[in-house]
Parts: sequence; C-alpha cells; structure tokens
Amino acid sequence: MTSAYERVIAARSKDRMTGQDYINGLFTDFIELHGDKRFADDPAIIGGLAYLGNTPMTVLATEKGRDTKSRIKRNFGTPNPEGYRKSLRLMKQAEKFRRPVICIIDTAGAFCGIGAEERGQGQAIAENLSEMMTLKTPILSILIGEGGSGGALALAIADEVWMLENAVYSVISPEGCANILWRDAERAPEAAKYLKLTAKDAMSLGVVERIIKENGKDPSELQTKLAGEISKWYETISHLSPDELIAARYERFRRIG
Amino acid sequence: MAFNAIFRKPKNELEKGGRPPSKRVESDIEMAQTCPNCGTANPISELWETLYVCKCGHCFRLTARQRISYLTDERSFNELYADIESKNPISFPGYPEKLEQMRKTARESEAVICGTASIANEKCALFVMEPYFMMGSMGAAVGEKITLLFEYATENAMPLIGCTVSGGARMQEGIISLMQMAKTSGAAKRHSDAGNLYITLLTDPTTGGVTASFAMQGDILIAEPGAIIGFAGARVVEQTVRKKLPAGFQKAEVMLEHGFLDMIVERKDQRQIISQLLKMHSPPKNTTLPSPSQS
Repeated sequence: MTSAYERVIAARSKDRMTGQDYINGLFTDFIELHGDKRFADDPAIIGGLAYLGNTPMTVLATEKGRDTKSRIKRNFGTPNPEGYRKSLRLMKQAEKFRRPVICIIDTAGAFCGIGAEERGQGQAIAENLSEMMTLKTPILSILIGEGGSGGALALAIADEVWMLENAVYSVISPEGCANILWRDAERAPEAAKYLKLTAKDAMSLGVVERIIKENGKDPSELQTKLAGEISKWYETISHLSPDELIAARYERFRRIG
Repeated sequence: MAFNAIFRKPKNELEKGGRPPSKRVESDIEMAQTCPNCGTANPISELWETLYVCKCGHCFRLTARQRISYLTDERSFNELYADIESKNPISFPGYPEKLEQMRKTARESEAVICGTASIANEKCALFVMEPYFMMGSMGAAVGEKITLLFEYATENAMPLIGCTVSGGARMQEGIISLMQMAKTSGAAKRHSDAGNLYITLLTDPTTGGVTASFAMQGDILIAEPGAIIGFAGARVVEQTVRKKLPAGFQKAEVMLEHGFLDMIVERKDQRQIISQLLKMHSPPKNTTLPSPSQS
C-alpha cells in the first residue's frame, strides 16, 4: 500500500503534469487572458477561455513551471493576491456569459511574501471564498497535485471537487505540521499519516466527490478520460437553475463538520 | 520550502494554547502585568478600569468574556450554541487530551463564544473568539458555531458583530478545519446578500485561515491599535523572502495605510463607534431628511 507521505512525494514530483499541461490536454483553442485589472498579472495562475468539445469554458489553473527558469517565473506555483483577483475577475466574466468554470489546482499554497501580505493575501482569498459561494454558474475544481491550504481552497469553492489519485489536500504541509508538533520537519511522513491528506481520506471525509485513477495510465489516456468526465458532469449540472446551483453549493460545504 | 513554514508562527501559541489567564483570575492583589511595549508594571487590580490598555497605548490580550463585558449592555448577552464542542474528526493523536487541557485552563468549551446582545440598546448577534483556547484556532466546532450564528442573524434580519483573534485553522482537524473557511464564508455571504450589516473587530493577532475568510468579509473592518493582521506568519514570510521585514509589518496601522481596514479604534471608544454604526444601519423609524431650503 502507498503511504500518505509517498502520495505527498508523488504529488510534488517534477515529472508530474502541470496546470498548463492539463489546459493543453483537456481543452482546445485556449486563449489566455491576463491580469487582475487592478495591479498586476500573476504568472502563478493561468486563466482564459477554451473549448471542451464544443462548449466554451472559463479555465483557471495554478502553474508551477517545468524548468528552473519557468518555475521562477511562475513563483513555483504559489500565487500572489493578484492571482486570486485575476481568477475572480475571470469567474465573474464566466458568470456574465454563462460559462462553466474549471479550476485546475496544484499549489503548495498562497505565497508568503512581504508584498503579498501588503497587498492583502488574506483579503484576496476571503473574497474568492465569498464570491465563489454564490457565483451563478457551475464550478468544478480538480486537484491534480498539491492542494495546499487556503491557497488551494481559494480555487476550490465548487459544485464538485475531484482529486487525482496521487493528489493531496491539506490544511498544512506535513513538514509544517511536524515542525509544530515535534519541532522536527524530518518527521513529516508521520505527520502526513495523521493529517489524512490523501484523495481516499478526502473522499471518506466527504470533502471531494471523485477520485481520478491515474496508475498505469499514460498522460493522454488520463486526459481523454478526464475530459469525458468533465463533459458528463457539465451535462448533468447545466440543467440546474442558478438558485438551485447556489443552494446545492452552500449545502455541499454546510454539511462538513 | 515556503509553504512548509506557513504555520510556524503560531507554533508556541498553538502548542501552549496561549498564556493561561490564571494570573488575572487567581491573584488580583499583588500581580501586575508588565507591558511588553514600555515596560510599565500595570497592577492587575487597576487594569480593568483602562480595559487592559497600558498608558502607552499597548492593548493587553483579553478573554472573550472580558470583551463581551465591555462591548455589550449589562446583562444583555444571551449565549447561543454553548454546547457545541470539538470532536476529533480525523482521529489526530493527542488532540482529545489537548482539548481537555484547554477546557480546564481557558475555562471555555471552545475557541469562540456566540450569542445575541444589545450595544447601547441596539440588538445584534455577536461572536467573540477566545485567544486562550488554542489561540482562537478554527476547527469544526468554531466553524459550526459561527455558521449557525450567521444563519440565525440572517433569519432574524439582525446585524452581526464579530471579534476575531486567531492563529488560523486548527491543524489537528486537518482538511475539516480548512473546510470551515468555506462554510463560514458561505454563511456570511448569505447574511450579506440579505442586506444585513456585518462588522468585524480585528484584534491581536488575526491570522491565517481566519483572516482569509470571515475576518476580512465584514462590511466595515475595525481594528484594535497595534493588532497584527495577516495571512502568513511574520517569521514564515521572513524565512521565505530572506529579507528583513519592513517596520510595522502586518500591524493594523500599516494595514490601514494599505487600504485594508476602515478604521482603528481604541478600546475605550469601540462600544460607542459600534453602537453608532448599528444605529445608522437600523431600519428607519421615520425618515427625516432635512427639507430643501426654500427661497
């Protein structure tokens, strides 16, 4: 059996497909839209429009980068407030044009920087949580790698949340947790086990709706299957009225804990 | 790695659950609280008169009950949901013992107290977080109590006042604690969309998942002087960027400058300001706009 910490390692693996890979693999005709229209464009979150089959959708993805140069450019996939504000701007746009929103998440968390704090990292995340709760268009979030705390949650207020088999979703990194508990980051594997951060755990805790199997699948096979599942999901959910949609989304989170 | 360190800041507080209030409670006479800012020894017996504010302006940490006591009208507070307590949703080792210990030292059952009250005769719903209970960290019980309060206030078309102090999400409840950010945000949004007023009073420290959810979602954000308000802990930021932090980093005064707060209000004035804001948002009795002057 794969241990919780082995899942963490797998989720962080540099060989794993990144957000951009999923945009390219799942959708066609992607047009990137930049900027929060307030301060800056955050390269840690990619947003834009694309087709899934023949349905235009708003697509958002955190992006870690592939090599040293792009990882630095993408700030290792840790967004600044502008990233969250850009995502909210594009979600509001999706609402206006009645497009579904697909969020692809792979982040260690929101960036812990001086500027990020000065420009309201907490406020930006809080606003996403609040606005996504009542966004009048379907939202699907898919955790493809790391789902790091509030920085991931800010893109995961959705009608359904799915996780890849080797993705993790946690309130704190196992290293951070081990550090607090035992002042010893080396004991992260133990902390990982306690935190219940695997896809299976999240499923049994009622935090996600679906686990996407990835073992033994090559990337294109995985993406074809995933694209099909997204289509099916949208077909079902698009029949709901905005009020029904929002009521169900509220209940989805209301029942946890 | 940056993210690993996010929760390092509340390390001591989370571990110890903050300073126990025993000093204040047990020996009123000879005990003094030394101000960390100016070094003055403030006799405990005199501190209540200044609402635990040193003459230099430093605000000592208050228990939730103390805050309720100076903010609300005498005997107007009616506690709700006091029986909701934390369980151990992810079977985290040592957590039940920790809770037991906290219940003894903090003499509270959870890290938030909810209820209704009146402030200068203005009725409102009120939650006050408890710093002496695991540093006001948010688990399922805190999330549930706050959510229920927002739902109650929405149903009864009441304004809601929230006093925050928190190290963030409660690690020992794992992903369930993270989900409380979503749950409370949803309830706060419904309350807001129904046209109700929500005022937050941010006190030292308000950080992590609480900042990134209901603390920042008020219509009007008031902070206590000198309060640390932020998402990541200062030490974590310092370790991440490997730079010295600017003066006043995450202090309320700097947050005000950056445009994230409506105002900073001293403890002695908070009751008056909040009651005035409540009055200004209460349903109009009879509209008395000044009539246009006639020539």
